[in-house]
Amino acid sequence: MSNPQIEIQLIAAVVAIACAIPGVFLVLRKMALISDAISHSILPGIVLGFFITQDLNSPLLIILAAITGIITVVLVEWIQKTGLVKEDTAIGLVFPALFSIGVILIAKNANDVHLDVDAVLLGELAFAPFDRLMMSGIDLGPKSLWVMGVILVITMMLLLLFFKELKVSTFDVGLSSALGFSPAILHYGLMSISSVTVVGAFEAVGAILVVALMIAPAATSYLLTSDLKKMLMLSVLFGVFSAISGYWLAHWLDASIAGSISTMLGLVFLMVYLFAPNKGLIAVMYRHKQQRIEVSLLTFLLHLNNHNEEEERHINHLQEHINWQKIRAKTVVDLAEKNNLISINNQVVSLTEKGNNFTSIALEYIITNKDEKIEHLKDDFFLFRG
Amino acid sequence: MTITEYFNLLFTDYTLRTITLGTAVLGAICGMLGSFAVLRKQSLLGDAISHAALPGIAVAFLITGAKDTNTLLLGALVSGLIGTLWIRGMTKKTHLKSDTALGLVLSLFFGFGMLLLTYIQKQPNANQAGLDKYLFGQAATLVESDVLLMLIVTGLALAVMLLFWKEFKILLFDADYTKTLGFNTKFIDITITFFIVLAIVLGLQTVGVVLMSAMLLAPAAAARQWTNKLSVMVFLAAVFGAFSGVFGTAISASQNNLSTGPVIVLVASVFVLFSFIFSPGRGLLFRQLRFRRNRRDLELKKTLQFMFGIAETHADISHPHAIKILNNFQGFAKTSLRELEEKEWITLNKQEWALTEKGFVAAKTMFETKEDNE
Amino acid sequence: MRNKIAIQVDDLTVAYNYKPVLWDIDLVVPEAVLMAIVGPNGAGKSTLIKAILGIIDPIAGSVSIYGKPYDKQRQLVAYVPQKGSVDWDFPTTALDVVMMGTYGSLGWIKRPGKKEKKASLEALEKVGMLAFKNRQISQLSGGQQQRVFLARALVQNASIYFMDEPFQGVDATTEIAIINILKELRKAGKTVVVVHHDLQTVPEYFDWVTFLNVKKIATGPVKEIFNDDNLTKTYGINYKVAVNK
Repeated sequence: MSNPQIEIQLIAAVVAIACAIPGVFLVLRKMALISDAISHSILPGIVLGFFITQDLNSPLLIILAAITGIITVVLVEWIQKTGLVKEDTAIGLVFPALFSIGVILIAKNANDVHLDVDAVLLGELAFAPFDRLMMSGIDLGPKSLWVMGVILVITMMLLLLFFKELKVSTFDVGLSSALGFSPAILHYGLMSISSVTVVGAFEAVGAILVVALMIAPAATSYLLTSDLKKMLMLSVLFGVFSAISGYWLAHWLDASIAGSISTMLGLVFLMVYLFAPNKGLIAVMYRHKQQRIEVSLLTFLLHLNNHNEEEERHINHLQEHINWQKIRAKTVVDLAEKNNLISINNQVVSLTEKGNNFTSIALEYIITNKDEKIEHLKDDFFLFRG
Repeated sequence: MTITEYFNLLFTDYTLRTITLGTAVLGAICGMLGSFAVLRKQSLLGDAISHAALPGIAVAFLITGAKDTNTLLLGALVSGLIGTLWIRGMTKKTHLKSDTALGLVLSLFFGFGMLLLTYIQKQPNANQAGLDKYLFGQAATLVESDVLLMLIVTGLALAVMLLFWKEFKILLFDADYTKTLGFNTKFIDITITFFIVLAIVLGLQTVGVVLMSAMLLAPAAAARQWTNKLSVMVFLAAVFGAFSGVFGTAISASQNNLSTGPVIVLVASVFVLFSFIFSPGRGLLFRQLRFRRNRRDLELKKTLQFMFGIAETHADISHPHAIKILNNFQGFAKTSLRELEEKEWITLNKQEWALTEKGFVAAKTMFETKEDNE
Repeated sequence: MRNKIAIQVDDLTVAYNYKPVLWDIDLVVPEAVLMAIVGPNGAGKSTLIKAILGIIDPIAGSVSIYGKPYDKQRQLVAYVPQKGSVDWDFPTTALDVVMMGTYGSLGWIKRPGKKEKKASLEALEKVGMLAFKNRQISQLSGGQQQRVFLARALVQNASIYFMDEPFQGVDATTEIAIINILKELRKAGKTVVVVHHDLQTVPEYFDWVTFLNVKKIATGPVKEIFNDDNLTKTYGINYKVAVNK
């Protein structure tokens, strides 16, 4: 591995971590698309900043561009407040307009601004090591590594300082204002950090990959855990893994690094989406099938519990009145019998004592809205599951 | 370039004419179908779909090796539909919210598309030039056959919309109720979504992936401000969209270095801004004026009530009182006194005022009439 | 006891995410009654209506309307959803909303004509909203919006009406106007089923009642079964209301 290669991977990893942290909060606060809006609308800010500073890595430019990001958020919220259009429409109106202004500014000043719109959207990580931070003749490393490093350190510090406040305000806005944390300050604080991160990262990875790096790790870890600390750690892990493996994918295919990192993020998400133990698609489908049978079983038992008339408890009644297909009815009856919940005499089904017990406890739980306890109940009563 | 020069060019220059016609048709179909997207609260779906279409274009090129627009757009359509379905699946089967699902599909599909595009560019048999026009769109590359395709799709969308107008409208307003009437809501829903995806895919070549969503939203959002009728809204949105296309093309043709897509989007945004402020029914300007007028009205009534309170204690209701005593409470101003006089509710005499018979009755019945109104 | 059965529900079970919200509901509603469905929050009142109307798929059970499966009898049924379930900023007028009630009988593609418009205007008049026919729906008060919804159901000219909390967020005048129309419907031999919150008004407004809390607790004439015993069974706590005869 050559030196620039290591540096590129290092930058990618730092960007991934810096994006993953605010990303978790954006996803949890249902504001994931704000990152998309900010990442586009900072373009005019970057161009204006470049006119002033003539340096893409200048802190002033980053601050100017970040302010454009915050203006976007304020503008979106203001349009939402007028009630003239629906909430999501407001986002969709603001950022294309600002982005268009940026594109036109670049096009009109092509001679002065050495900015390429493609580069803004897609970034060019491969060139990042060539722009170096020199201080009194000593090479301190790539500039973008320093920029992102500083942003990451600030983000981490804020996260550690305000972790409790962020946690409370993310999960319970009412409680947080009751405890005296202003939701507005936390909201705009988070927006500011997101804007700064997006601006810092856009040159390396481009405006759209920033969105991927913010949302995808958070969404992936959200499928695995609901614990905020674990979510943050998993997001960082997924982000860094995708960044480094994405680099090597790009190396191998000789393609865009940003595109490869998104693709890796996508693959990681797809794997977790399909195979996550509890919330993954396959687990969910399997559980739904099991629960479908078990809910049918509950329904069936309750029906027996409700009716003493033999006619209602006749085995053919399952198909006629309850309106089930043959197969499901048979599965349900078999399951009930295997678990000793029913007995069948002369085609008439009756609840056993165990079945009676089970049904009345389950019913109690449902009526008092304690559905979650039924799962334990099933564990206690069922020898076989659906 | 002056306006007359532009019009001369429009009639003589084949390319400009094609582009103008193309962007106008595109604006019209986007405005028309965008109205449905906006009313269904699916505004940002367009953004996700347009980004999700990118890998489809790349894959279509990799498979066929053809640069033919229609083949590439077919790829875009398939991949856009896959993105749409995945967004739905994700929100249904997991606890991820729709904003996260939209953001994921948008950025991940786009990233994958970029991977493929850069991979294609590095291939030796590279007759690949022209694929990146789908990023920002290049109206300049529109040819007659592209415009023809747009016209056909627009005609088709228009026909379907007119045919199922009643069904579209009721589904947009109240889906559950539509189901109880016996309509197949899934079919209507899929038809609307399909045409929205189709419109987006059609616009990619002209406006590009990044700005496509604005083409869909902006004309509809502007049109909504001017009318309370769905049919008028759809029609106005189509008109606004078409004008955005024509003006945008004209402006970008008259200047150097201006790509058409961003200019069209800005023109559409100006339509929105203008509508937000100046629409008579909903606009912010008139809303502010109405608000002021109501407040003045209220202050006037307050003053009159105060006068009534004083006059009531006297046997002669028109007994004059000093203006000075009015200073102590809100709602009083020199102009409001004059306004009260104009309404003949009071008479003014130097530093004194007196309630008239008419003013007395007005003050007395003020609250009674108010209750009747509600 | 009346003999004709308007609605018959057998063993209806509904689950959201595989958690049962309605369990094994058997329900028989005779023709020409004005029935309230009462029960605590989360008891599944709206769900019951939606499951009967096929908006939600039940996991078990069947519904029949006048002895035939609901699918074949849709034309006999009208529905008034909760007012909050739609976007009132939708660009349409009061008359337009009422006209939607005619769409079902028109079927696919065919547009409403003069006949439908006349029926819609009549329905608007019946609910006292004729003067507002061209008003944009967001400019109507809560009570007026509810009246428009009722008019939309009336224009369906159905035999059975399902209404989901029609008195929520409406003024007193509207509440009285609505209940008078419902009583008229009953007099004309129609069956009306209403999800209702205010227990105080049950004896005054309704002649039939169903107590629901996940299971069906009781159903029958208000005079016979609207008592503290059933209320306590339904609401859990020791529930007492002054039942004024």
